[in-house]
Amino acid sequence: MSKARLMQGNEACAEGALAAGVRFYAGYPITPSTEIAEIMAEKLPLLGGTFIQMEDEIGSMAAVIGASLTGAKSLTATSGPGFSLKQENLGYAIATEVPCVVVNVQRGGPSTGLPTSPAQADVMQAKWGTHGDHPMIALSPSSVQECYELTVKAFNFAEEFRTVVIMLMDEVVGHLREKVELPESLPVKNRKKPTVSPDRYLPFANDPSLIPAMANFGEGYRYHVTGLTHGENGLPTGKPEVTAKFLKRLTQKFDPYLERIQLWEEANLEDAELIVLAYGCTARPTREAVDAARREGLKVGLFRPITIWPFPSREIAKYKGRKFLVPEMNTGQLVGEVERVFGFEGVERLNRIDGELITVSEILEKIREVMSDVQ
Amino acid sequence: MFSEIAEYFRTETLPHMWCPGCGNGTITAALVRAIKTLGLDQNKVVIVSGIGCSSRLPGYLDFNTLHTTHGRALAFATGIKAAKPELDVFVVMGDGDSSAIGGNHLIHAARRNIDLTAIIINNNIYGMTGGQSSPMTPHDKRATTSPYGNLERPFQLLDLVQAAGATYGARATAYHNQLLSKLIIDAYNNPGFSVIEAISQCPVSYGRRNKFKTPADMLLWQKEHGVTAGRRALEEGDFLIGEVFNKEAPEYTQEYEKLRQRLKGGAR
Ligand SMILES: Cc1ncc(C[n+]2csc(CCOP(=O)(O)OP(=O)(O)O)c2C)c(N)n1
Ligand code: SF4
Ligand SMILES: [Mg+2]
Repeated sequence: MSKARLMQGNEACAEGALAAGVRFYAGYPITPSTEIAEIMAEKLPLLGGTFIQMEDEIGSMAAVIGASLTGAKSLTATSGPGFSLKQENLGYAIATEVPCVVVNVQRGGPSTGLPTSPAQADVMQAKWGTHGDHPMIALSPSSVQECYELTVKAFNFAEEFRTVVIMLMDEVVGHLREKVELPESLPVKNRKKPTVSPDRYLPFANDPSLIPAMANFGEGYRYHVTGLTHGENGLPTGKPEVTAKFLKRLTQKFDPYLERIQLWEEANLEDAELIVLAYGCTARPTREAVDAARREGLKVGLFRPITIWPFPSREIAKYKGRKFLVPEMNTGQLVGEVERVFGFEGVERLNRIDGELITVSEILEKIREVMSDVQ
Repeated sequence: MFSEIAEYFRTETLPHMWCPGCGNGTITAALVRAIKTLGLDQNKVVIVSGIGCSSRLPGYLDFNTLHTTHGRALAFATGIKAAKPELDVFVVMGDGDSSAIGGNHLIHAARRNIDLTAIIINNNIYGMTGGQSSPMTPHDKRATTSPYGNLERPFQLLDLVQAAGATYGARATAYHNQLLSKLIIDAYNNPGFSVIEAISQCPVSYGRRNKFKTPADMLLWQKEHGVTAGRRALEEGDFLIGEVFNKEAPEYTQEYEKLRQRLKGGAR
């Protein structure tokens, strides 16, 4: 049995976090993400959890990591300018493998940009915003229902893979109101606890699973956490062989699990001569445009990455020989990943950066244009 | 004697990385002796630090230890304490770490009066990066980035945190080591945000440039200029040692717990 409710995307994200068992939130207000903080401020103390409004986004990210180290599932939400401020500590969480979820409800940029307008301009920042080589998981919902379900998944991935997961939302999806079916329950995962005694515990073990067990502070497993390159025991090291091992495991740790991490939706791909690859809010008009094109007899399909990072390159590589069109609300970010697979030939772009959604007719027109070249 | 406190060290991490004559080592010992005297459960103690020479301190100690990013130690510690108030959280920072890049977190931790024991190791310089001036470098003193003498004035750190809402403030030096230990105990016992300014010597990046020939000269300077309140009038270059202020105010995690309890009772 599930309950249906009318909800806003940000609210669904907050509800998803609660369903996943979030117990700590630290944040700093910023449009268009603030509703998430407001819901957390109301709900967390009722559940025995903690909400804290920090002095800035740098401190918010820090507090979230501190709380997660004590075992609390932890969340923060922000938008462009705040996402920039979080980057140093976001990298810290990745390097120290502390699970947490960071929501970025994207708005127009650069800088203060368009605070109340949508954009998809932080796609590359989500992957490479923090310095150094690192793995990254970022999820991109395109409906309110998905805001709910993906936030649960985001926590599950964060806990299972000991990492930061970014919910890369946008102003449209964050503020949209839609009916949501709240499932009675969704599977919820928790971090793997050590099974060995404290004296044998290695918090950053080169485990065959690539994901070491994590003890929480205060539970008798005393260990060191540092953003310096560290060995299996957590202590800093500059030794090349230890550094190489650590970074290899860190950067490859999602590889055995890609099948579960990489999520996407596809429609009408079988005979499609043109595949429109769209994500987040842009996937909504794209779906309509693809349907309209089909009605016109054009062989067009939709590929919607739900997991943006790691980008499902292998999956789209299957469609060699087809044309691709990538509409996005930026000057062309995720399209680069498609070009990495196929080269520039046959990969078309459709971009809009004025704070307005790309319309169905714009996409349809572009589909017709590309298809006329095909024929 | 080290053997008396060895159980609190990760002895495999020794020898430490600090230069000969650095004040960080004796301050570490003062902290560990305070924890031992307090009889705290090693499993419940968390030591958080930022980035700098002084912030390498937790790595040597056998507690739950967290070496964070430059300036952010108090924000990490706030998350730890707010999520699990039963943990005993000590925060070790450098002067640059706490008062320059981390100044915002310092005043807000004070404003919240969150129950953290902060130890600021003030060597008046950016030690780790080789001797640049910090917000605690005295006026006219030399640093690599103030080669003609520092034009700026330093913070009065304890005044700053007191004005921001901290409820305990004290000062000692690497030289006044027993006093430092005692003050750390008092700071721990204060249920609120406590700051100890531990004046330290960095012979390598500060002393050499400022007419201190040896580390011992710097310790002698601490001995001569550190004055216990009421002992004698403060003269140019002197500073107070001992407890500087001690007040009462609501503590953040206790207030939050009260809120949880109130909500349990159905109140809004
Ligand atoms: C964001 C950031 N900026 C700059 C640095 C470089 N850095 C490392 S330590 C340090 C200064 C440390 O001085 P202080 O906090 O006084 O500690 P000390 O080394 O003197 O103990 C700086 C600027 C850094 N690690 N991170
Ligand atoms: S540079 Fe200065 S503060 Fe750093 S270890 Fe050496 S003496 Fe100590
Ligand atoms: Mg210093």
